[in-house]
Amino acid sequence: MADTRILVIEDEAPIRRFLRIAVESAGFAFSEAERGRLGVEKAATEAPDLVVLDLGLPDMDGKQVISAIREWSQVPILVLSVRDAETEKIAALDAGADDYVTKPFATGELLARMRALVRNRKAPAVERSTIVIGDLSIDLASHVVRVGGSEVKLTRKEFDVLALLARHAGRLVTHRQLLASVWGPAHEEDAHYLRIAIGHIREKLGDDAGNPRFILTEPGVGYRLVD
Amino acid sequence: MSDADRPSPDALLAAARPEGRGKLKVFLGASPGVGKTYAMLEAARLKAREGVDVVVGLVETHGRAETEALLGGLAIVPRKRMDYRGQHIDELDLDAVLARRPQLALVDELAHTNVPGSRHPKRWQDVVELLDAGIDVLTALNIQHIESLNDVVARIIGVRVQETVPDDVFRQADEIEVIDLPPQELIDRLHQGKVYRAGTIGRALDNFFTKPNLTALRELALRTAASRVDDEMLRLMQASALSGPWPTQERVLVCVNESEIAKSLVRAGKRTADRAGIPWIAVTVMTPRHESLPDSARQLTTEALQLAESLGAEVVTLHTDHDVAGEILGFARARNASRLLVGRPRPRLPFGLLREPVADRLLDAATDFEVTIVAGEQRRRPAPVMARPEALGLNWQSIAAGTGGAAIATLIAQPIDMFGLVPPPSLVVIYLVAVLFVGARYGLVPALATSVLCFLAHNFFYTTPRYSFTIQQPEDVVGIVLFLIGALFTGSLAGRLRAQVATMRANQKRTAMLYDFAKKVAARSDLDDVLYAGAFHVAATLECQSLILMPGKSGALEQVQGFPSIVEEIDPRAQAAAQWAYERNEPAGSGTGTLPASPWMFVPLAGTGMIGVVGLQFKDPRRGADPEVRRLVQAVEDQVAVAIERTRIAADLENMRVEAEGEKLRTALLNSLSHDLRTPLVSVIGALSGLTSPDLPDTVRLALVESGLDEAKRLDRYVQNLLDMTRLEYGALKPKMAVVDLREVVGTVRRDLSQVLAGRGIEVDFPRDLPAILADPVLIGQALANVLENAAKYSPAGSTITLSARGASDMLVLNVGDEGPGIPPEEREKVFDLFYRVGDGDRRPSGTGLGLAIVRGFVEAHGGRVKALSGPNGRGTTVALELPLAKEQADGRYPDPRH
Repeated sequence: MADTRILVIEDEAPIRRFLRIAVESAGFAFSEAERGRLGVEKAATEAPDLVVLDLGLPDMDGKQVISAIREWSQVPILVLSVRDAETEKIAALDAGADDYVTKPFATGELLARMRALVRNRKAPAVERSTIVIGDLSIDLASHVVRVGGSEVKLTRKEFDVLALLARHAGRLVTHRQLLASVWGPAHEEDAHYLRIAIGHIREKLGDDAGNPRFILTEPGVGYRLVD
Repeated sequence: MSDADRPSPDALLAAARPEGRGKLKVFLGASPGVGKTYAMLEAARLKAREGVDVVVGLVETHGRAETEALLGGLAIVPRKRMDYRGQHIDELDLDAVLARRPQLALVDELAHTNVPGSRHPKRWQDVVELLDAGIDVLTALNIQHIESLNDVVARIIGVRVQETVPDDVFRQADEIEVIDLPPQELIDRLHQGKVYRAGTIGRALDNFFTKPNLTALRELALRTAASRVDDEMLRLMQASALSGPWPTQERVLVCVNESEIAKSLVRAGKRTADRAGIPWIAVTVMTPRHESLPDSARQLTTEALQLAESLGAEVVTLHTDHDVAGEILGFARARNASRLLVGRPRPRLPFGLLREPVADRLLDAATDFEVTIVAGEQRRRPAPVMARPEALGLNWQSIAAGTGGAAIATLIAQPIDMFGLVPPPSLVVIYLVAVLFVGARYGLVPALATSVLCFLAHNFFYTTPRYSFTIQQPEDVVGIVLFLIGALFTGSLAGRLRAQVATMRANQKRTAMLYDFAKKVAARSDLDDVLYAGAFHVAATLECQSLILMPGKSGALEQVQGFPSIVEEIDPRAQAAAQWAYERNEPAGSGTGTLPASPWMFVPLAGTGMIGVVGLQFKDPRRGADPEVRRLVQAVEDQVAVAIERTRIAADLENMRVEAEGEKLRTALLNSLSHDLRTPLVSVIGALSGLTSPDLPDTVRLALVESGLDEAKRLDRYVQNLLDMTRLEYGALKPKMAVVDLREVVGTVRRDLSQVLAGRGIEVDFPRDLPAILADPVLIGQALANVLENAAKYSPAGSTITLSARGASDMLVLNVGDEGPGIPPEEREKVFDLFYRVGDGDRRPSGTGLGLAIVRGFVEAHGGRVKALSGPNGRGTTVALELPLAKEQADGRYPDPRH
């Protein structure tokens, strides 16, 4: 995977140093920028496979960096944000970021997110017809869902929700993305449709929201199917 | 200058303060021209030669050459030029002398009256102020200007001196030097033109400088000085005597009423008391009748009492319904006053049969008292009360009421008589009703007028021969006379009844106002409200405009409240009077002896310390001088001061409490930061530095990593708590409400806290149809995380933490129970306080005392509640969180996903 290049845009030198160790030890190529402008520049010239972006940069607002990159590139962007900044987090996701990690984070968690994003890019999930997570299998072509071998009956919308999560397994899917994709752009704000659908899916899959096995909740932001 | 400007007893008391006070030397003479000013200047020059800092404040040389010569070489403070009615008048520049601060100042003519607009109406008040400021004063005074000798002097010389000095000022002089000149020598000096410049002598000689006059005055001056020496001797003896049982001191009681001779009575009282060397009391008795007396009559009493006050008497007002003599004697016995002074009984009124003059009654009843009857001044016509009709309430209104009453009664009687319904003699009843009505409605005098008019009307219309005042039948004569007597009695009774009712109403009104004020003040804790209530109370009780001034930040007095409102541009004289009243703790302004030109009267507002001043402005400025009003002002001022002080004490206590609380919090925060922030760092640094050493076994390496990581995470949670607390404290917390499934929150929190909860069983007991809540999922997650972390921290490993939830009417209740030691019932509320922690010493688990405070803050920000209960089955602790349910239940509005 040494040909996979990760660009880290982060102004704090200790965090860059620690990220370099983590990224290189995971077998990725590491590249760094300490300012937003330089980061946008490097994202264009070095064509990285993933951008890790700190939202609190001194020279540019994180959202501006995302928009600047999104003007010409679909490279996955992983955002590093502090807690208590839900609004900022959601704004970044709306601006085109793909996922986020809350600081402080564990290295394992960060690498898992990075892998999920890179994998999707290298081998798009669409091409895989069946996705298997533990004893859950989802056949995207035949619309068949099984848990522990027995088939689970889902409604059309419920299946669409689960399928979208499965195609982005391990990655955050925001409420808005789910609503727009399953119910149509007119229903982007109807969060309760989604809440009830997820409730039904969990029930049918035998998944406990209080101790989830499959669908994880990102409070106030979206859902994530475990990888 | 009216008597209203005399000093209050307070002023005299203040003047009596000996410490740090200047010394007063009075050069006393029997008449002008004896050489007082000359002697004073000589004494001053002597002092100046001794090195004393002497200035001439004001010296009148009257153009006498030898006197003027003495002025040379003495420092002179320029006089202050005052404009009064287009004239320039030079007065003593008090402020300049005060600013100059000499050791000794010369101020001539102590009895002088200042130009209106000066700070004090009288020069002796200027002198008192100089003395108060610690400056010694030399002054000159003629004997006829001493207040208590005023009557005597008037009798000798036939002229009443208007400019007087209170006896107390004179008595408190540290030294008195009588400048004596035999009368003949004085007359010779006059003829030589040494006293007055040529041209003015003749008239002066004729009127005043006669040998008998001068002889009498000389004697008076010498006697006064001699009696002062006696006084001093007596004081010395008393001061050096051992404290023994002094016989209870006797007193002289002067009974004052609204008579012309009231002031003479007071002066006589003063002389009697002085001669006997005992204190004296001036007393007046208020009856319901006083309420209906005209102002001019009441003013006489007021002035007499003020005079008494300025002469050093204790002034007392008594109240009674009718037995004036009894009240006076009761009071006299209570105060051990064995000598009574009363005025000569007035000539009996035409209706005198109805009321016995008080003086007579006193003479009859006061068998164990020594009663002196004072005749008053012979020169004055002893004015019979009937000569002043207004004094009786005989005005147009009462005459109209009387006439009207009689006329209406006649109009009613006419048809009754015409139809012969009752025999004519019985018609008197209608007239009696008219008398009764007028008496009850308009008072005594109109009732008596009605009686007489009715008597005439009945006589004219209904006794034979009709339409004439002649009476034929003897029984008619008897009847009509009986009617007159009956009518007079009835009218008199009804009038007195009315007066009593009026008094009762006035008293009741005052009581009601006081009650109202007390109630208002008790309900207010805010100083501003109390001040407003106070201003209103003063205004309502005293029927005036009121102000309350208190010192502002700069120390200058500022208006803080007023009724009806604060005065935008207050007269500078009023401001000066207010400042004076505040600094000296004495009343000042209108109606007082200090700055009377101010349109407002100010009384100090003092509790245990000076609070400020109360300003009053009466429609009729004379009311401010009425001792009765002044006493009421005093009472009301006391009430307001107490209320303000109470409020201040309450506020101080609250501030102290808040401060103490803040101090406690700061200490706790500092402890928390220094301890809880550092402890995890110790582990982290220790673990990481341990990892640097080579060839560690893998198990050790792993253990080091895990302990370092755990502590680092703990530190992260602590910092998070601090941040959350800060957000709560600064009100920066704005929950982003959403419809939330509590199960999801629990799931997220359990994942985040997997490390902390390891080793504890988690039992989740949620009904399938658990309703959704309306909350910020992140904040509620944080709150739940803190509760769970606490539960894990305080419960033993291997125990179970139970989460159960149920929906109530509009709240969801989430109970988090643990199997730890539990919280004592009395501490269950306190655990939610910042930095409060159960248990003490090192045995308790490490923690910050922030967690549950944040829980409460977050939950309450959602409109929810949190409390600590005893755990399930009576063991451990249950923390119950109540959170608002989402109102819109999506069921029914949700398009079925099956479509």
